[in-house]
Amino acid sequence: MNPRQSRAMSMAPMLLCHALLSAAALLVLLPFAWLAFATIRSGPDFFTSTFLPSGDGLFGIAWDRLTLENYRNLFVTAGFGRSLLSSLFLASVTALLATLVCAMAGYALARLEFKGRGFVAALVLAALVIPPPLLVASGFRLLFDLNLLDSFAGLIIPAMGPVFGVFLFRQAVVSGVPRELLEAARSDGCGEIRAFFRIVLPLVQPMTAAFLLITFLGVWNNYLTPQIVLQSEEKFPLAVMIAQLKNVYYQDYGLLMAGTLVSIVPVAGLFLFLQRDFVAGLTSGAIKG
Amino acid sequence: MKHSPARAALAPWILLAPFLTVFVVFTLYPAASSLWLSTRQTFGPGVSVPVGGSNYSNLFHDPSFWKALRNTVVFTLGSVLIQLPLSLLLAIILNRPDIRARTFFRVVLFSPVLVGVVFVAMLFSVLFGKRTGLVNQLLHASTGWDLDFPWLDTYVMPALIVATLWQYVGFNMIYFLAALQNVPKELEEASRMDTAAVWSRFRHVTLPAIMPVGTFVVLLSIIGSFQLFELPYILMNGTGGPEDRGLTLVMYLYQTGFQTGDLGFAAAIGWVMALVLIACAAAQRLISRKAEAA
Repeated sequence: MNPRQSRAMSMAPMLLCHALLSAAALLVLLPFAWLAFATIRSGPDFFTSTFLPSGDGLFGIAWDRLTLENYRNLFVTAGFGRSLLSSLFLASVTALLATLVCAMAGYALARLEFKGRGFVAALVLAALVIPPPLLVASGFRLLFDLNLLDSFAGLIIPAMGPVFGVFLFRQAVVSGVPRELLEAARSDGCGEIRAFFRIVLPLVQPMTAAFLLITFLGVWNNYLTPQIVLQSEEKFPLAVMIAQLKNVYYQDYGLLMAGTLVSIVPVAGLFLFLQRDFVAGLTSGAIKG
Repeated sequence: MKHSPARAALAPWILLAPFLTVFVVFTLYPAASSLWLSTRQTFGPGVSVPVGGSNYSNLFHDPSFWKALRNTVVFTLGSVLIQLPLSLLLAIILNRPDIRARTFFRVVLFSPVLVGVVFVAMLFSVLFGKRTGLVNQLLHASTGWDLDFPWLDTYVMPALIVATLWQYVGFNMIYFLAALQNVPKELEEASRMDTAAVWSRFRHVTLPAIMPVGTFVVLLSIIGSFQLFELPYILMNGTGGPEDRGLTLVMYLYQTGFQTGDLGFAAAIGWVMALVLIACAAAQRLISRKAEAA
């Protein structure tokens, strides 16, 4: 075998791997591309063309038949704007509160000595295995008894203390906040609560970013809970609203796809912004846990 | 400024108080009360009568429950057996030192998991259409596939598995990619390795090194798959589909609890699910402990 051949041989697997990855990436991206084009077609064009309608324009595409009508109908007729605001409100308020609550509890369980710490930590670990569907029926009854049904409070308050978050923050504090630093602060007369805000929070900042995003995404994408808790349409977040629109405008695919795209975009933007922290936070539970 | 010891002793509880309040009221209490609720028949949230263990015995004689359980298990097996090997393959490829644009591929493959299941369902309800749907069109163009293939009527389960594959393959890849960082670096040159050597290296070096994360990812997949609800619910317009082919456990729980109004029966379904998942979690711990000891 001459050197040229052997170099070609060693190139082959590398090229094959790139081809496989590109094919996978294409398959992942194609539905997104299709979705984006689907929102600017309407009427018969929705079904007669796959991406852009064909016609007499440049490149054989009927550019003049592209339309923003779907978006206008979505916001003007279907009132999607209100749902967008509801989702933004619910997701950001829940994310902020849950992050603060979990970080405080995670710090206390990781670094403070007190009677009952072992018990609380064991309880948190045990509660990790409770699957959310177990709480659906009894949680609904509880919200009914507390008169919290059909209110944002009924969605936000129960989501403020996810055990999974306490677990993640405890890990982050154990690995990221040195004991010596806290002891030095204590001997300087710094109280535990002040130490939490001044020392601990800045040190676990990557986890804070990741957990904010995880919670925001979770609330934004959650369907079952708001579907059960909320009854009045004007409170519906995007996930519930889009399912509702599917029942009402079931023939208007352009409108439904526009609604889907509008629901996806803010989250994708936020993620691209925080991508690195997010992935690091996500895998830390698996690797260290 | 000096702090009194009494205040220092109080500090942990001040930090824990918000979490503990929410945790006790909205997790522990409903978890416990759902056991009580599962022994009652309810008519909406306010009215209930005790029925003892009959919710459970009715459940075991209920063909819809078995159908839902069967569908859920089939979907879970499909997700674990088809999706995870693909995730691992993609991770191994992406982990090669000679791959260009690694971040690009990682972000792209990961991106669908950001999309909520409801929105994935909206998208695929059109993509799975006969004739005009992108899935049939792509398959037709590449393999001459039947354009009228009825994904949403007859082949609901494959449709659910395909849509979930699209959504989660890159997410699980991220876990495997992290796990592959524990694999000892390759010493031999790739060009000198034949197929047998690649396979043997995978079995004896790679697989043992990623095992701890591997069992964790399998567990996460099982837990996630068991809670499948939105995808079939939206794809089949709130029904179980023809002959309940797409009815899942959580869908059945939702139907009995919130459409029929019997929260007690729904709580019993919730408990059966919880016990299955807790058994899976215990099995995973046992397996990873054994692997650690070995």
